[in-house]
Amino acid sequence: MNGTMEENVESAPAPMDPGSVLIASNKSIVVPGELIAKGVDFLPGSGTYKEAGEVRSKVLGLVRIKSDRLISVVPLSGQYMPFAGDGVIAVIADVQISSWMADVNAPYVAFLSLSEGVEEYVDLQKSDLTHYYDVGDVIYAKVLSVSKRKDVKLTMRDRMCRKLHGGNTMKITPTKVPRLIGKGGSMIELIKQKTGCHIIVGQNGLVWIKGEKQDLAAEAVLLVERESHVEGLTDRMTAFLDSIQQVI
Amino acid sequence: MSEEHKKIIVGDRRPDGRALDEMRPITAKAGVISRANGSAHFAMGSTVAIAAAYGPRELHPKHLQDPVRAYLKYVYAMAPFSTQDRVKPGPSRRSTEISEVSRQAFNSVIFLEEFPKAGIEVFVEILQANASTRCAGINAASIALADAGVPMTDLVSSCAAGKVDGKIILDVAGEEDTEGEVDMPIAYIPRKDEIALLQMDGLLTLDEFKEALELAKKGCMQIHEKQVAALKERYVRVASEIAKKGPVRESAEEVA
Repeated sequence: MNGTMEENVESAPAPMDPGSVLIASNKSIVVPGELIAKGVDFLPGSGTYKEAGEVRSKVLGLVRIKSDRLISVVPLSGQYMPFAGDGVIAVIADVQISSWMADVNAPYVAFLSLSEGVEEYVDLQKSDLTHYYDVGDVIYAKVLSVSKRKDVKLTMRDRMCRKLHGGNTMKITPTKVPRLIGKGGSMIELIKQKTGCHIIVGQNGLVWIKGEKQDLAAEAVLLVERESHVEGLTDRMTAFLDSIQQVI
Repeated sequence: MSEEHKKIIVGDRRPDGRALDEMRPITAKAGVISRANGSAHFAMGSTVAIAAAYGPRELHPKHLQDPVRAYLKYVYAMAPFSTQDRVKPGPSRRSTEISEVSRQAFNSVIFLEEFPKAGIEVFVEILQANASTRCAGINAASIALADAGVPMTDLVSSCAAGKVDGKIILDVAGEEDTEGEVDMPIAYIPRKDEIALLQMDGLLTLDEFKEALELAKKGCMQIHEKQVAALKERYVRVASEIAKKGPVRESAEEVA
């Protein structure tokens, strides 16, 4: 190397160990067990594991390398696992004496207590909880906590959290939610703007759409689901929405 | 038996024209059942299996729930029309055994601790049987589980080796299975060089056993390649279809 001086600059990454080799490239598709990198300089991020000094993929997904060291794999499929702080769309599954059970599209049912669900004072002797949320109601809620035993608690005490009246809900792969939202919400804004629909995206992969052109919005969401792993998604989305608009 | 036994293998050619260490043609495809979380179709010659994987999802009956890891459910079944004699639908002694040994093979590769209390379910249906059905089932299940996004240390590949007319052969099929001396299916984890399943009927000397095991491992490596290709194919196809249409606009902007 000719740039010995440059290596001392603070921002430059520390030199790699000669035994460290990157085998799979960024954004390539890997399958479980596939070797991504070898050596002490690589760290296993989400979707990967390290064994015998080798970073391998756990899932079918796309490789993502951060600051040349941290290797993770973004899954192309899979179930949603609840995480504290996530905004999710939930469907009320059961009404109990002083709480609700909700389906959050995860392997575990979520629990919404009366105090977290309703702001006002509720006299349990006199009131019927179905007045607030009934079975089948769709709500936007926050995940309050997830215990080690995977007891999931929800809360409605957050802005945006509310019952969703009317509209339709659809499911996408939860790992594709960040692509549907886009950088700073750009992708979802684009769809909202061109279709004029209200759209709420839950971190759990449920998408709620309400508006006159909800079929069009749903098709746009499915386009993300189908093509999110191929570059140039925003351009294709713009072209798609424009082409449909002309037909209408 | 050996007195009247006519030779199946003539020279180094087997009844279907294969060489001793040659597998039947393999086809594998991921994503064939739209309502499953993951699915696959796998065929080795005329043995055809489909698999559907669900979960991790809520597990019922509740007494199966384990507070520290997920429970893997594996159901192997033969379709009534899969062989010459009709197979009675529903579990049998044979299918229960195969389900259990296959389940144990997968238990060693799935990160079950990530989903406490949940259940991961795999349903394998043999559509057409011509020996090595448990192997085809495991191969299909492996693709289906990966397609469903279940975290695993590796894909499991499976195939059989055997002994017919005193010769060690790969991928027993047809009359080799019914008339042969030994059938030995294995399930193999290529990365760790581990055996996840090994069954055998018949007798082998230690040297023959070693030879058969090595041969079966080689076969599993070939299957592994097909499994990887099948998983990637679906996504690569979408990418190539888009590429065929050409860029929408120059300097494609990426959204992270």
